[in-house]
Amino acid sequence: MQTDLLVAALTVALSSDRILFLDQDIAPYECDGLTLFKARPKVVVLPQTRDEVCHVLKVCHANGVPVVPRGAGTGLSGGALPHVEGVLLVMSKFNRILDVDADARTARVEPGVRNLAISEAVSALNLYYAPDPSSQIACSIGGNIAENAGGVHCLKYGLTVHNVLSITLALDDGTVVTVGSAALDSPGYDLLALTIGSEGLLGVVLEVTVRLLPQPEQARVVMAAFDDVAKAGDSVGAIIAAGIIPAGLEMMDGLAIAAVEDFVHAGYPLDAQALLLCEVDGTAGEVAEALIRVEQILKSSGATLLRVAADETERALFWQGRKNAFPAVGRISPDYYCRDGTIPRKHLAHVLTRMREMSEHYQLRCANVFHAGDGNLHPLILFDANDPDELQRAEAFGADILALSVEVGGTITGEHGVGVEKINEMCLQFSADELTQFHSVKAAFDPSGILNPGKAVPTLNRCAEFGKMHVHHGQLPHPELARF
Amino acid sequence: MSGFIASLTDRLVKRDPVSVVGGETQSFLAGALVDPPVSMREYSGVINYEPTELVLTARAGTTLLEIQNLLTASKQMLPFEPPIYDVESTLGGTIATGLSGPRRIQLGSVRDAILGVRLINGLGQHLKFGGEVMKNVAGYDISRLSVGAYGTLGILTDISIKVLPAPENEQTRVFSVDAQGALSMLAAMGRSPYPVSAATWVDGRLYVRLSGNSRGVDAAAAAIGGDCFDDADDFWHSIRQHRHAAFCRPNQWLWRLSVPATTAIEACPATIIDWAGAQRWVFAPPDDFSLFADAARVGGHAMCFAKDRSAGTGLQPLEPALARLNQRVRNAMDPYHLINRGRLFEVAS
Repeated sequence: MQTDLLVAALTVALSSDRILFLDQDIAPYECDGLTLFKARPKVVVLPQTRDEVCHVLKVCHANGVPVVPRGAGTGLSGGALPHVEGVLLVMSKFNRILDVDADARTARVEPGVRNLAISEAVSALNLYYAPDPSSQIACSIGGNIAENAGGVHCLKYGLTVHNVLSITLALDDGTVVTVGSAALDSPGYDLLALTIGSEGLLGVVLEVTVRLLPQPEQARVVMAAFDDVAKAGDSVGAIIAAGIIPAGLEMMDGLAIAAVEDFVHAGYPLDAQALLLCEVDGTAGEVAEALIRVEQILKSSGATLLRVAADETERALFWQGRKNAFPAVGRISPDYYCRDGTIPRKHLAHVLTRMREMSEHYQLRCANVFHAGDGNLHPLILFDANDPDELQRAEAFGADILALSVEVGGTITGEHGVGVEKINEMCLQFSADELTQFHSVKAAFDPSGILNPGKAVPTLNRCAEFGKMHVHHGQLPHPELARF
Repeated sequence: MSGFIASLTDRLVKRDPVSVVGGETQSFLAGALVDPPVSMREYSGVINYEPTELVLTARAGTTLLEIQNLLTASKQMLPFEPPIYDVESTLGGTIATGLSGPRRIQLGSVRDAILGVRLINGLGQHLKFGGEVMKNVAGYDISRLSVGAYGTLGILTDISIKVLPAPENEQTRVFSVDAQGALSMLAAMGRSPYPVSAATWVDGRLYVRLSGNSRGVDAAAAAIGGDCFDDADDFWHSIRQHRHAAFCRPNQWLWRLSVPATTAIEACPATIIDWAGAQRWVFAPPDDFSLFADAARVGGHAMCFAKDRSAGTGLQPLEPALARLNQRVRNAMDPYHLINRGRLFEVAS
């Protein structure tokens, strides 16, 4: 559809200052948190009401125009990368907290509300919203739903899917449905679970009811240093075997520790090969008892240094290091590329050894930040994007890490989503029949196929081409084959 | 592929209708099967269990008791505390109905715990979704979609679930209080940080179970008050299994209402209140379906648990747009409507 006709059709419902199509106006929207991929849409719209969203959808539906929903644009997999033929539907003006019910422990919010803004709004009631992705200052709840966002506390408190009660959703033709309810379950299929993590391919989120949790009476964090990553990994298994589910359990390797310490000065030991942060929370009694046992386990697992944060300030400082790991690594390299595989934790030592080999092979450094409790790895590959050869090696290194995650029984993405970034690797994890099944599920919600097309689930043609380009990856189901 | 699985896929490829059941202990729910069912019991066995990974993978026909015994030996448990009506109750059946027990309010439901499934879709394709890791956002969440679908989206063959350590210590406190008083107490307790793992009101008494480490449980018990209750294990077992005397009333139909926990008692009266107010068990005369409207009015839904029911699915009707979407999702998974005909949807005769 021609841009001027599209703009004219949209102007019927939206004031012209909220329809952007001049190059200088749309430039800020050309990428999300994954800046390797950029594209400019025909039109950017900033609707303010549900009716406006539905009008945009109806216009696009009638004319076969692709629609890419966008929240805060902090996603790391290119899920909000604009479509060059389409409309970018920016939901940032939906930023109101509509209702908080303290007794029911729920909040009804618009999708553009920032993740942290929910916890801030209910903190006076001693409540909070549990999922806490590192981008929580900026990322929106609508985007969290698209990606099924996690965070550092999801081992104990779950992902977005465990903390959302209902979603009001606009389908491709502007039909509005509510999935889930204020009750703990709902009749019919669990379309709420299906919608969460669907990367904007099934519908546009208009409203969300989230579950709030009472703030724990106390939270304490232990920092443990190890001279060997494998020992740190084993200590995680030992804590869980002892029946303790920590609120947070995070690991960093030597390179990450050095980068973070230089940036944040959190007091991390620079001579350690691995650093573990283990937080326990609950009532004062629970925490005191759990802390004693965690310390014992860490000691007998060979921790070379053990420190319990003395107070809230120090606890915040320990966490600040972890939460700033990405920017810290950004300071020691012109660019970095973050991957997001999840592995069964028992394979940690093997996976880290293989990643060291890859690092040598590609001649690129790699810092590791790791949600140790649930096996979610965030390797940060350091490179210089201005050097085309380095960029190519970084991408190949990243792809090898994801293939390795699948090989050991894990997944290509734990919490960042597939987007455009990992679309080829979907061909490694799923068979042609499985991908076809995904496509038919999408068609159930979006028969016209206008919602975020080309993301998250590859076409079979694309997989065939990818197979040709990366022949040895295409044979991944046979792990006996040598890699590289 | 096992011969058993192949026989099911072959039938679906030929467009033969196929119905499956587990131990047939929950078969009275969600409508009667039209076609004679195949039992999944012969497709059984735990495939992988690693306590430190908090994951168990088993074939659908594995009994819950086998799984429970295995977990108990490693001091772990199924977090969602499902009803186990009989020794024949299976994991597949639990995923299909999606019923969770009293612990649901603390550790989540069946759907919260599922990590991955293998299923045979209506085209006879044996597909794998999700996996054995806690965090996995590759592809749509077909695993969670399968929970509570009564097999109508595919025949579940292998299931991976998250398991958790069993609490080291539990204590139950009991309070004499009327239903509305209990709901008020529960709302206040819900805003406290105490480790409440079950909260049920029945026969004028509120039972609150605390689970965790010893110091945490003792401190919480002292803080919430109430009386000590010694027969706690038997009581919680009877609530979990729906065998408490209050679940039985001659010549009446038993209904499960799922409603917002804070719904006032006069808006939704109940014989048993579970899940800290969010699940209410109610009796009604046979063939009285007015509870659908009552539940919808307070933002919830109703489901008939009567075993002698003659017709219908006993499930809350969906509003039209949602009903269409449900039907389209079913068509996406089983386009020829071959699997478990009669469950969830009425079959036009």
